[in-house]
Amino acid sequence: MTDIAAVMPRERRPAPAFRLGPETLTLGILAIFVATISLAPLGRLALTAIAPDGTLDLAGTWSVLARPRVFTAAMNSLYVALASTLLAVVLGSVAALLTVHGNIRFKAAWVFGFVLPLMIPPQVTALAWVQAFSPTSPVLGLFGLAMTPGARHPLFSAGGIIFLLGIYNAPLVFLTVRAALRRLPANLAEAARASGAGNLQLIFTVLLPLARAGIFAGAAIAFVSAIGNFGIQAMLGIPARFPTLITLIYQQLNSYGPSGLSDMAALSMLLSLITVIALGLSNWLGGRGDVRVEEGGRPAEIGLGRWKMPVEAGAWLYLAATLLLPLSALFATSLVKGFGQQLGWDTLTLTNYVNALFHHASIRDAFATSLLLTVTAVLLLSVISLVLAYFISWKKGALVRLIQMAAELSYVLPGIVLGVAMILFFLRPLPLVGFSIYGTVWIILAAYLSNFLALSLRPLLGGFSQIDRSLEDAARVAGAGFFQRMRDIILPMLAPAVIAGGIIVFMSALNEIQVSILLVSSSARTIGPMIVFLEEGGSSTLAAAVGCLMILIVLALMGIASLFAGRLPKGALPWRD
Amino acid sequence: MVSIALKRITKDFAKKRVLDDVSLQVENGEFVAILGPSGCGKTTMLRLIAGFEQMNSGTIHFNDEIIASPEKNLPPEKRNVGIVFQNYALWPHMNVEQNVGYALKIAGVSSDERRRRSLDALATVAMENFAGRAPADLSGGQRQRVALARCLAANPSVMLLDEPLANLDVHLRASMEREFSDFHRRTRATMIYITHDQSEAMALADRIAVMDGGRVMQFARPHELYREPRNEMVARFIGNGLVLPVADLQRGRADGTVNVDIFGHRSEVRARKDQARLAGASIGVHPDDLKLADSPAEGFAAEVERITYRGSHVQVHFRPRHAPDLSLSLHASHDRRVSAGDTISVCVGDGWVIPEAA
Ligand SMILES: Nc1ncnc2c1ncn2[C@@H]1O[C@H](COP(=O)(O)OP(=O)(O)O)[C@@H](O)[C@H]1O
Ligand SMILES: [Mg+2]
Repeated sequence: MTDIAAVMPRERRPAPAFRLGPETLTLGILAIFVATISLAPLGRLALTAIAPDGTLDLAGTWSVLARPRVFTAAMNSLYVALASTLLAVVLGSVAALLTVHGNIRFKAAWVFGFVLPLMIPPQVTALAWVQAFSPTSPVLGLFGLAMTPGARHPLFSAGGIIFLLGIYNAPLVFLTVRAALRRLPANLAEAARASGAGNLQLIFTVLLPLARAGIFAGAAIAFVSAIGNFGIQAMLGIPARFPTLITLIYQQLNSYGPSGLSDMAALSMLLSLITVIALGLSNWLGGRGDVRVEEGGRPAEIGLGRWKMPVEAGAWLYLAATLLLPLSALFATSLVKGFGQQLGWDTLTLTNYVNALFHHASIRDAFATSLLLTVTAVLLLSVISLVLAYFISWKKGALVRLIQMAAELSYVLPGIVLGVAMILFFLRPLPLVGFSIYGTVWIILAAYLSNFLALSLRPLLGGFSQIDRSLEDAARVAGAGFFQRMRDIILPMLAPAVIAGGIIVFMSALNEIQVSILLVSSSARTIGPMIVFLEEGGSSTLAAAVGCLMILIVLALMGIASLFAGRLPKGALPWRD
Repeated sequence: MVSIALKRITKDFAKKRVLDDVSLQVENGEFVAILGPSGCGKTTMLRLIAGFEQMNSGTIHFNDEIIASPEKNLPPEKRNVGIVFQNYALWPHMNVEQNVGYALKIAGVSSDERRRRSLDALATVAMENFAGRAPADLSGGQRQRVALARCLAANPSVMLLDEPLANLDVHLRASMEREFSDFHRRTRATMIYITHDQSEAMALADRIAVMDGGRVMQFARPHELYREPRNEMVARFIGNGLVLPVADLQRGRADGTVNVDIFGHRSEVRARKDQARLAGASIGVHPDDLKLADSPAEGFAAEVERITYRGSHVQVHFRPRHAPDLSLSLHASHDRRVSAGDTISVCVGDGWVIPEAA
């Protein structure tokens, strides 16, 4: 042992420097950023809705909302959102019970299959299901169940929309209920068993009531997702002449252009209001009663006994019906030359893929634009949300809370509402550059940053709650300034969470449709809305090929992300058990 | 090295007063322990010194220079303090050597020099062979040593230690206690050591500040705390002290003693030189100071309540005849045969008139 204090020169002396630190500066920049991409556009939207000409005009707003068309659309929106949420809650809860407490075989594979629909862009899902029920459907044709040509398509209806939204959102409920069930310690179930409760009694009197917060949270997410799901509502609702608020807003822009903006703002406000009320209601319902438990331990296993075989068969049949049926139809359509042709050796062709990838400049450009926008958004959001999560977790304060609320709001409001807000705010030329970014990729990027900030923030908030703050304090006393601490301590420790957030944003942004549907122009087009445009233009087979390509990209991304699953935080990849 | 002065510091958390008018002067190179029950504000005081919190009023001085006041606050990274955290706070993504050398890296020390000094610091805690390990691969005691080395390598002007031994098992604690003590003797660093364990504080510190409810109760050398507690809290807290009521204080035979009436029996106890003559006061005694007297004339009368066998001795629970509401106990050897219901005579071997109790 040596005495080293004596030989060490002093590098750092306390210097009496008191000044505004880089922290304050960073927080200021964050605040301005979030105000620009989220608070100001949403504020502008609200203002336009109630005071289109600068003066408060509630009568004008009312006259827009009181039109019979609007009332019908609002009722339709509510109806499909509520009914599909109910379906999603039932499907998602059963799936969660089955995978957490049931001992079904090949569980990991089943979970992957159950969550997969969530990863597939809804407009592609809708297209696939439309094909599945078409006269040429390969699977239904096999059983002689295919529709006869000329019959009314069964999915072009309220029921069809509800069915698809329910299946699409069931994984959302599944994820929250599963998380809630996993928190329950086994001894709660064992105590119920010891009291004589059978399987069903155990589920209905102990497990589900204690998982209530998870169920309501899942229901809220499913509702919000359903009411704002443009892909399914447009692909099925428009041909069915079943107007909802979201398709009304879309058609409004198509028919009147930006001159219809004030009406669109009023409709958007109505849609936002419904969303916010639903969230508040579910929060209240889910939060009542004491469901706190000591966490930890393994979840109780429920033996299925002689029901094991039927239950497993039913579970796999569900996957076959919700995945195989639509996807095989989509794939078959993408391989024939003209819509309605039966797939066979003589009709099999790769023309659609060749066209999509090489000949259609607009499709190629759309792929490139989406990729570029997504990569840019992921990179920017990684940095922004790391710093923002730091402030939210460790430097609470009114400004930080406001920023977080704005980010959450831009995330939960339907993407199309955000689109309207973006148009309103960015229509006029920007002060410094002197031109308007409306119609360019920049407005889409701004909307992505706004919409996905909360999404990339989530894993980071989880990450910060896992690490002790003294780790940062230790770096401070070692003399490290704000940026040094961010670089040397915080970023390395939270890198997995940053990556997890990046993956989720990447997958959400690459194929999204609802944010950019109103923002795309002939010079700035993303791939998500392409399906709708192609289908509207009658190019069903080309649309199917593009849809298949999008699914392929999603699967590839999931595969790549899964390779790193071991290093990511637990639960970062929703499709993994 | 610096001297540290805390002057009249108050600190509120959401209207709750956590530090209340705290003043403390720590000399250059001194080892000071802050001792007090959980929740009394020890950590808050340490975080104020480090710069992680801001006070509501008062000032902190390093070598007579104000470094913190309600208006201005030198940030922690500029204070050149070192902290050993209770949970060690080793960065999991850096190995032992990188942890220890981080402050030097920030200070811009070249990598060769950094390596040499990190290894030197690790050598002082006998951890130089673990330089390449990840913190996760170390035991609790080893992590504690690395945390100490990290603090040391930065050559801070003051080292702050927040219950550094609380997470270790008993055996390790004893050996780490020695290390801290050796370490302080070698480096003569100014150290502020927080603990709720008084034997730890007594063993290590030059001076101890006893805290309770956000106030400093007494700041003194260990033996002084034990023998001359300033108030009832300290008297009870240190060494499981007892506080007994006494009456009729008279001048004692020597300076610094007084003659008092303890439960009807007159005894000599220690007191301040300027202790006033009073009708009533409290004295602090320790359990070992109460003894079974050989004859009734040598102590006050009491009734035995029950006997608890303690292995090396027996514990005799009794009630003084003059104060039957008071339940006390003393240690007696096995050969003194007493049983419940007996009348005994108890003498007070040593006592101290608590100055602030009157
Ligand atoms: N950041 C904080 N916010 C609110 N109250 C706090 C905070 N830190 C500490 N306290 C409160 O201050 C009191 C003293 O805490 P602390 O200094 O940690 O005590 P000790 O270290 O002596 O156990 C406790 O009652 C604690 O609840
Ligand atoms: Mg503490």
